[in-house]
Amino acid sequence: MPINAFLLLAAFLFCTGLYGVLARRNAVLVLMSVELILNAVNINLVAFGTRFQGDVTGQVFALFVIAIAAAEVGVGLAIVLLIHRNKSSINVDELDSMKG
Amino acid sequence: MLNHAWIIPLIPAVSFFLIIGLGKKMPMKGSEIGLVSIFTSLVLALITAVQWINHTNAAVTGGEAGASDGAAHEAIVKPVIKVFTWWQSGGVKFGWGSHIDGLAVALLVVVTIISSCVHVFSLEYLRGDRRYTHYFAALSLFTAGMLNLVVAENTIQLLLGWEIMGLCSFMLIGHWWEEEANSRAALKAFFTTRTGDIGLLVGISIVYFATKSFSIETINQTVTDGKVSHLVILMGAIALFIAVIGKSGQFPLHTWLPDAMAGPTPVSALIHAATMVVAGVYLVARLYPVFVSGFSIGTNVTIGGLNPMALIGGITIVIAAGLAFVQNDIKKVLAYSTVSQLGYMIMGLGVGAWTPAVFHIFTHAFFKALLFLGAGSIAHSGSHHSFDMKESMGGLRKYMPITFWTFIVGTLALSGIFPFAGFFSKDEILAFAGHHGYHSFMYIGLVGAFMTAAYMTRCVWLTFFGEYRGGHAAHDDHHTVALVAHDADVHADHHDAHAEPHESPWLITGPLILLAVLATVVGFLNAAPFKIEKFTEWVQPRIAFPEISVPDFSWLEAGESLAIAMAGILIAAALWSKDLGRLRGLTKRNKLAHAGYTFLWNKYYLDHLYEGIIVAGITGPIARGAYWINQKLIDGTVNGVGIGAREAGKWVYKNIDQKIVDGAVNGAGMAASETGGLLRGLQTGKVQQYGALLFGSSAIIGLIFVIVIK
Repeated sequence: MPINAFLLLAAFLFCTGLYGVLARRNAVLVLMSVELILNAVNINLVAFGTRFQGDVTGQVFALFVIAIAAAEVGVGLAIVLLIHRNKSSINVDELDSMKG
Repeated sequence: MLNHAWIIPLIPAVSFFLIIGLGKKMPMKGSEIGLVSIFTSLVLALITAVQWINHTNAAVTGGEAGASDGAAHEAIVKPVIKVFTWWQSGGVKFGWGSHIDGLAVALLVVVTIISSCVHVFSLEYLRGDRRYTHYFAALSLFTAGMLNLVVAENTIQLLLGWEIMGLCSFMLIGHWWEEEANSRAALKAFFTTRTGDIGLLVGISIVYFATKSFSIETINQTVTDGKVSHLVILMGAIALFIAVIGKSGQFPLHTWLPDAMAGPTPVSALIHAATMVVAGVYLVARLYPVFVSGFSIGTNVTIGGLNPMALIGGITIVIAAGLAFVQNDIKKVLAYSTVSQLGYMIMGLGVGAWTPAVFHIFTHAFFKALLFLGAGSIAHSGSHHSFDMKESMGGLRKYMPITFWTFIVGTLALSGIFPFAGFFSKDEILAFAGHHGYHSFMYIGLVGAFMTAAYMTRCVWLTFFGEYRGGHAAHDDHHTVALVAHDADVHADHHDAHAEPHESPWLITGPLILLAVLATVVGFLNAAPFKIEKFTEWVQPRIAFPEISVPDFSWLEAGESLAIAMAGILIAAALWSKDLGRLRGLTKRNKLAHAGYTFLWNKYYLDHLYEGIIVAGITGPIARGAYWINQKLIDGTVNGVGIGAREAGKWVYKNIDQKIVDGAVNGAGMAASETGGLLRGLQTGKVQQYGALLFGSSAIIGLIFVIVIK
């Protein structure tokens, strides 16, 4: 199977995720979009991994990414929850207290 | 079908997705999909069973023709195995398929029959429930998980079924999650079994590295051949057994099982009879050579036969039976009796009684499902959805004759009274323990039999005999006006207007009658007194399996256990039926008895141990320790450093800071402020704009790289 198909799928996922991160207003959806981006990377890792039969480095790396993504979502959701408690809104546009 | 048994778990799995997807639009809210799928599985399972029996008979007669007489049982009946490659990674293939032998066939039949009964029962029991569709979807997936575990060809597939069941039990126990107690029970069940599941993962890994295979057949063969170091297999067996303790509710992880009563009653029947808790026992039966060689079952009888499996099983029998005495909730009595019966199975497997233990799984499934569904029928039509035997039941014998008689059959079967199913299986386990030198465990089993008979009698008495205590009892002090209002309430609450208890509709009594018939007759599949050994012949493996020598049946021993069970029934009946003033209320007057009662009532304080001491113990001291370190160590250091730094600071401030640094800083500040003003427009504080800038600039840099490197 040609590797192009996987790369195209990964690119599509990445772009979808990027759009979500940059354009969505809902913080939870932003987090979900980050997941999409991470999974696009995973697909790339595994797809390139098939080039080297018997070498599982790519797959292992993908597993690590999955584990870290899980931790990231945990922390991210906790942050969103606290933001919601403080501001009773999770619209990322309203979070501009870092304004210079 | 023998070759294609892998289809059986697939059907309910597909049904799960169909119900989730289309269920709400169907005329019966998706329950019809569940019913059709489970009946199809049932038919396929029965076909498989018939074919397996023919297969066995053919092999046995073939063996007779070839060998001299008496060698019939040595005939080789190979399991029928079919594997597809599921996925492969790093040169290791993971298969998905079916491993059909007598054990798998027996469990397939049990699971599909019980699940069909539960499906039919649920039609009426959950009519009008707010998550009716989801309930049937979860039921389908639950069945699919168990069937997948039963037909599993390798340990990974087994793990898959195991985890699916963990998830489904969580969903179904917490079906009415609006009440906090229910959702807590669901979480407790999930976390407790998860604790054990770690053992399963570790065990599967150890066994894999010991035998270089995930295939159940290869594992059993390799271990039986003795090609593996004993220590490794012992570690593997211990890890796997931890999983069994968690899943099958063995002491000390049994606490989740009674709490799991928070789910709808048909689910309890399914969990306790056919799926979930049986999975642990099934795992032991499936990988029996691993446990036999790991725990040296049958070879270390001389030192009292103390292997962990028999010991845990024995402890569980007695401990759970004791708890069953103090429960007022009919479902909790049944729950503890399940725990106790699972103890029999584990103890049976622990003393080498493989076939009797598997036969006990088989018979127990029928009568335990019968008892649970009976309790459901009572709650549905007799006691206004309450399970409290003391508050809202009593005297139901007159109102619900079918439920009463089927419940009696279940009770007799559970107590091990001849000729009901429980007699044959329980007695065989005990006879086995006695004949193989495990005398202490035989006595534990007999004590358990006595207690079982007694607490079941108490349960039947409180539920079906005496005066009806439900309904109006709560309104006695409000006199007639309140009574009228109460009646109106009841009429409004229950559309079918059952202020009076009455018999349940046929959708509920049908499964009860079917199960009662089965609970009566299945014992005769392996009735030692009559030299019927069909179950042994069909189920017991003859390849890659330790030797099992069946003791001769003796009426004397069977009579002993029968007499003990009868004594249990009679004593309990005497205690609870007549007003034995001195014994009644003994727990309130006698300090010792009261202490015992409180001890049992608090479930041996195990929950307190887990939640109060272990959880608090882990979180408390760590928090206090961290606080201490913070206060004493870190603060001390910080303060000491601080004092030194302050003195140094004063000098530095006077000489260096004011004169040299300030000058430079002010100059730099001016410059920075000017530049900052320019960049300030970029700092909007909006994360997404930062993100866009970050991505845009890195894209530009990437582009430059590509161009330059090319």
